Amino acid sequence: MTFLKGFLPSSPRHVSKSVTVHAILLAYTVIALFPIIIVIINAFKTRKAIFKDPLGLPDSDSFTLAGFQEVLLRSDFGLYSWNSLVVTLIAVGLVLLLGAMAAWALTEYKFRGNFIITFLFAMGIMIPIRLGTVSILSLMVELNLANTLTALVLVYIAQGLPLAVYILSEFVRTIPKELTEAARCDAVSEYKIFFCIILPLLKPAMATVAVFTMIPIWNDLWFPLILAPGEDTRTITLGVQQFVGQYVTNWNSVLSALTLAIVPVLILYTIFSRQLIRGLTSGAVK
Amino acid sequence: MASVKLNNIKKRFGDVDVLHGIDLDIKDGEFVVLIGESGCGKSTLLRLLSGLEDITEGDLYIDEERVNGRSPAKRGIAMVFQSYALYPHMNVFKNMAFGLKIAGKDKAFVKNKVIEAAKKLKIDHLLERLPRELSGGQRQRVAIGRAIVRDPKVFLFDEPLSNLDASLRVQTRVELGKLHQELKATVIYVTHDQVEAMTLGDKIVVMNKGRVEQVGSPLHLYHHPKTQFVAGFIGSPKMNFLSAKITEVGTENTQIVLESGRVISVAVDTSGFEKGATVQLGLRPEHISLRCDTNTVEGKITLIEHLGEQSYLYVDIPQEGELVLKVDGDNQYHAGDNVTFGIKPNRLYLFAKDGDALPRITASS
Ligand SMILES: Nc1ncnc2c1ncn2[C@@H]1O[C@H](COP(=O)(O)OP(=O)(O)O)[C@@H](O)[C@H]1O
Ligand SMILES: [Mg+2]
Repeated sequence: MTFLKGFLPSSPRHVSKSVTVHAILLAYTVIALFPIIIVIINAFKTRKAIFKDPLGLPDSDSFTLAGFQEVLLRSDFGLYSWNSLVVTLIAVGLVLLLGAMAAWALTEYKFRGNFIITFLFAMGIMIPIRLGTVSILSLMVELNLANTLTALVLVYIAQGLPLAVYILSEFVRTIPKELTEAARCDAVSEYKIFFCIILPLLKPAMATVAVFTMIPIWNDLWFPLILAPGEDTRTITLGVQQFVGQYVTNWNSVLSALTLAIVPVLILYTIFSRQLIRGLTSGAVK
Repeated sequence: MASVKLNNIKKRFGDVDVLHGIDLDIKDGEFVVLIGESGCGKSTLLRLLSGLEDITEGDLYIDEERVNGRSPAKRGIAMVFQSYALYPHMNVFKNMAFGLKIAGKDKAFVKNKVIEAAKKLKIDHLLERLPRELSGGQRQRVAIGRAIVRDPKVFLFDEPLSNLDASLRVQTRVELGKLHQELKATVIYVTHDQVEAMTLGDKIVVMNKGRVEQVGSPLHLYHHPKTQFVAGFIGSPKMNFLSAKITEVGTENTQIVLESGRVISVAVDTSGFEKGATVQLGLRPEHISLRCDTNTVEGKITLIEHLGEQSYLYVDIPQEGELVLKVDGDNQYHAGDNVTFGIKPNRLYLFAKDGDALPRITASS
């Protein structure tokens, strides 16, 4: 009861306002979740049932795990997941580390070129990296990195870094200057100041950035298709495509693979989001 | 422990001059208080001493060594910030041990050092807590403890008590004084509170707009302010000022006339001034006498503040303005009463137009 009270508004005017807000949020949730739920429901249905009644729940007749069997047994699903996981984690990890370092350097130190570098990062936010796909591909070929996960990691770092630097810089600015000054008086080196004081304080902000960075990387089809389409380096999103044929599409398998692909990213999101909530509300309550 | 010497120190931010040449000699083990209005450059001077800010011009010596351009770490100083600046994600022990650990001291040594300092500051039961779980006063102690464990040559304090409430401020002030006696360290302490300055300082440096106005012991500044600024700054309530004109010039006894035409005799050497020169008469609230019959002045009480032991009377003197008088707490005055009081000539100060004090002819120290 006390739990509910927090949500109950006090005056009638607030009631109507709160109802409107909740209606909008609810509608948005439904719209956002609808395709995902359809994917998951249909992953457990026979091919016939999928086409006959796409919105229906699986019953004893239509229930089947054939799609999952196909995905897990007849394709390298384990390898694809592993590739996706490796690329995403390494890229996100490096974006966070390099982003935090760049954000710290650009806000704390005055040096020549500071403005230019900040400006370049801002450009990086505005210009989509896909515009440079052709040059990136030829660059990777020249570096002998075509068909490697390294190529993907490098591209994703470039893709995620500008926004990460921008967001983390804002957070770095909120760290009181006295903290670093106290550390300098304590004879702490600049590296130690960064790793022992700044980085721990940036944790919530970094969780925020991690989520922003992780989702587009995990979901990306473009760069895996262009830079690493080889059998050994396929990511999940690319791996799923083998069930999508030009003439026949194995819907059971596609939907099952997509359902499975949601799981790891959901786990990562849960881990980060506990920090994320703290990141978004820190400062509100000191 | 070390001496500190400042030689014509200047600081410029862009094209704004903040410090205009500070000379200062601080002896080993001295407790020096920098005092001045907000924005006069106290913090800036402290930051120059610590090495957090570069010195634009001049020489700084710590322990006879010129330390211009040296990093804070290599100057042997420890700074305590107004905002405490405790590392929020480390508990009290780690906060105090951090500097030593970084310096590569061994574990047992660090632990001993921290516990010793914590005992001294009575925070040894708080070592496991995070800063956000401490009260303001406790945080302040931790900040001081963090400075103590490093055995610095010079302690720098920037308004360390201004975030504490009044009673805690008094208590911590007393403890700081005791701590200084115990450590015998050189301390440079910034404040804008004149009571802190008077009670803690061996030596007070009054600053005004980026310059040193006067340096001296608390009592010397109280009795012999060099300028009207210092006179107004030291002492509470503030010294009263009235404008006046010199009517009789002399080396022994001088007569001045107030705006209302009252003639007052003051024990100030006015030789070198002309008859009719405008001056400011200075009178401390505690220096009036209700029984004295020289220089009698009368006025009407507009407000009384009772502090228990003493009372402050706000007295309106016709044609002159308002004076604040300090009288005994056991008095029978009420607002609206008339009051007559006298002032001994040797209790009065005169200041020239440019603010410089005229030499007083008194034997008081
Ligand atoms: N980093 C800075 N850049 C420019 N001006 C500054 C800087 N730091 C301080 N000042 C100026 O120097 C003056 C003295 O400041 P400060 O030393 O903080 O005064 P105080 O501590 O006596 O109140 C102020 O006018 C302030 O605006
Ligand atoms: Mg200050």
